[in-house]
Amino acid sequence: MSDSSLENLPKGWKSVPSDLGSDQTAFKGVQWGKAMMWIFLLSDTFIFSCFLISYMKGRASTVVDWPNTSHVFSLDFMGVPVPLLLIAIMTFVLITSSGTMALAVKYGYEKNRKMCGHLILATAIGGLIFVGMQAFEWSKLIHEGVRPWSNPFGAGQFGSYFFMITGFHGTHVSIGVIFLFIFARKVYRGDFDTGRRGFFTTMKSDYVSIEILGLYWHFVDLVWVFIFAFFYLW
Amino acid sequence: MSDEQDHKLEAKSDYVADASSVSTPDIDAVPEAELPDQELYHSHSWWTTYVFSQDAKYIGIQYALTAIGTGLLGLVLSWLMRIQLAFPGLGWLEPSSYYQFVTMHGMIMVVYLLTALFLGGFGNLLIPLMCGARDMAFPYVNMLSYWAFVVAVIVLLASFFVPGGPTGAGWTLYPPQAITAGTPGYNGGIILMLISLILFVAGFTMGGLNYIITVLQLRARGMTLMRMPLTIWGIFTATVLAMFAFPALLVGCLMMTLDSLLGTSFFMPAMVSLGEKLTHEGGSPILFQHLFWFFGHPEVYIVALPAFGIVSDLLSVHSRKTIFGYRMMVWAIVGIGALSFFVWAHHMYVSGMNPWFGFFFATTTLIIAVPTAIKVYNWILTLWRGNIQLSLPMLFSLGFIVTFLNGGLTGLFLGNVTVDVPLSDTYFVVAHFHMVMGIAPILVIFGAIYHWYPLITGRMMNETLGKIHFWITFLGSYAIYFPMHYQGFVGVPRRYFEIYDSPYIDTSTLLLNKFITIAVLIVGAAQLLFLYNLFASARLGKKSEKNPWKANSLEWQTPQMPPEHGNWGKELPKVYRWPYDFSVPGAKEDYIPQNQPPSEIIGAKVEKT
Repeated sequence: MSDSSLENLPKGWKSVPSDLGSDQTAFKGVQWGKAMMWIFLLSDTFIFSCFLISYMKGRASTVVDWPNTSHVFSLDFMGVPVPLLLIAIMTFVLITSSGTMALAVKYGYEKNRKMCGHLILATAIGGLIFVGMQAFEWSKLIHEGVRPWSNPFGAGQFGSYFFMITGFHGTHVSIGVIFLFIFARKVYRGDFDTGRRGFFTTMKSDYVSIEILGLYWHFVDLVWVFIFAFFYLW
Repeated sequence: MSDEQDHKLEAKSDYVADASSVSTPDIDAVPEAELPDQELYHSHSWWTTYVFSQDAKYIGIQYALTAIGTGLLGLVLSWLMRIQLAFPGLGWLEPSSYYQFVTMHGMIMVVYLLTALFLGGFGNLLIPLMCGARDMAFPYVNMLSYWAFVVAVIVLLASFFVPGGPTGAGWTLYPPQAITAGTPGYNGGIILMLISLILFVAGFTMGGLNYIITVLQLRARGMTLMRMPLTIWGIFTATVLAMFAFPALLVGCLMMTLDSLLGTSFFMPAMVSLGEKLTHEGGSPILFQHLFWFFGHPEVYIVALPAFGIVSDLLSVHSRKTIFGYRMMVWAIVGIGALSFFVWAHHMYVSGMNPWFGFFFATTTLIIAVPTAIKVYNWILTLWRGNIQLSLPMLFSLGFIVTFLNGGLTGLFLGNVTVDVPLSDTYFVVAHFHMVMGIAPILVIFGAIYHWYPLITGRMMNETLGKIHFWITFLGSYAIYFPMHYQGFVGVPRRYFEIYDSPYIDTSTLLLNKFITIAVLIVGAAQLLFLYNLFASARLGKKSEKNPWKANSLEWQTPQMPPEHGNWGKELPKVYRWPYDFSVPGAKEDYIPQNQPPSEIIGAKVEKT
């Protein structure tokens, strides 16, 4: 669709009935891949909601007390236990990587290949640091005797839900990191400028896929905020 | 596509617009194309054409054949179970095999046959064709979806060959018993079942994203949402339900896998098993039931909504009449879909949850009857004074209406807590859900296969064989399930592997059990007739003309029949109306295809859609 005909469409709330009543596309001017990612994320939201609601139900109905999270998640800093220190750093790194991702999308659309590549790489490294710190946290807890089936601090479900939910989120981050590295390479090689075809999909590369990857990355960060709030702060 | 070709296409459409504006100003105008023509993957070898195909039509057929093959296993399992029930003295099955067969029969029929056939099979075949697209939005992922399904089926079938055999926990897989000693397959079969379901969900998500996006973003010029055939509305809404319901199943399966493999206690309370205290402690079995039924109830509509949609189209085409109340039909589909997320705990009235929950869920359950009743009335009003052709698809559609009404009415019994509690876990429940989500959708599937078979093979299926198949299947199902309603009322419990003469069981039950089993064997055998018809007609069937049913929807308007790769040849279709313009006053023919320009049917009094 040419830009001029896009501009003639109704704006704001009026666009909803007009877009849904129109032919061809329900989301005007939106590339199908982007819409597909949104729907996938909606579905993924249901997965994480099921996890977190199950966690709340499990926590509410255990027979033994839930461990004191500010004690379990504290880190010794110069001999003083500081609660949530590691988690605070992890969260900071992940949120920052969302910022670099947003900038990468901007430079991508401006066809600034170098900056875009650097920023994607920075995002990937941020994600990698996050996963690394998560591995550190897991091993620390495992050393302290926390297992998926039991732990010395209280209800056994603490370890079960902790490893399952952070593990599932960590898998999301790791998949994102892998794709970020692949995309960084594609950007540096100039795939998105030449429209080089994908190895598996045989589809032409387009800068919009950076935005699609960005959507996924922001979603993973947003989910972390909820895990942080419900698991560490509660 | 290169820029050069782009220009050519634009130039061509300009030319068409100019020509029409000279002769008949504007009445043939459709909005200009928003997107460049879809670029397709062209296969080069036998492997990429027939095995790892990226053409939605082939993927649909692959899905359908795999699902039918798995469904046949489910059918054979039901035979084995029924023989055991009819002749308890024979010692035909071990108790454990009986439970394993019940479980596998249930799971195979609901997930691996019905869901896969309706959404994977008909979805893939019909969505691009009916919407006027060249293919699904993302064909590569569409192919992955099918192969994930194949792997899921293989893992499921592998559970027959592990020590202990497949799980015998019932298709609801309730913990703690599903993973506790004493249940068949508690440490091997159940794991494979859970992994298979996780794979199925992953595969379905890939396909489902394609179905949704193709409907939303890849329709033909002029194809508005309210001009889509109801088949597409049904499949689309069911896919949306699946995208939001399967996550609960995925989470439940994952947690139970961890309970079983790692010894976590998500669902496992403290228990004594075989005289020993288990290490599990503090988990909640009810949590699994909530997760399972948050998936399980929408699943009923994932199966039912495509059936609703398809049957609406079959009734309209084969009675040569406009569907009655199209908009209400669409809103009923969407409304049923939305409501289906608020009724799940009506499967849990006897689970021991708070009674106020039962009150809430009984209310929401009965509200669903309203849009459902709208649909049944509209089907009947579509037939009212229509030119009813008793073709095979019509026969099956009529069979569907009666069967669905029957199953729906017993649903009203079971939706009320006070009536449900005494009927719970009796054969009345078995009869109810087999009528409403077993027989009813299967009848639609048969009707749909007889209807769209020419589109796939270019040949017609044999009418006589089909009619024999219909009457045996239709009357036979009633011979099977009507007696079960009665058995439920006299209190025969389900899931008992042996029901023999005892003071607690009415003698009539024993006789009926034999009667039902004979009916089951006959109905099952009749499906062989259908299978013969299905495969033999591909070679021997009468050659079909183009658009043999004189239907309006786009899938019959392709340049070649059966449609080729890319569906539409050089130029994509333009859509001028909905697909229900049958017997329009003033028109030459009794049908007006969706892509026939208004300038060609000047005198016809078509409704504006």
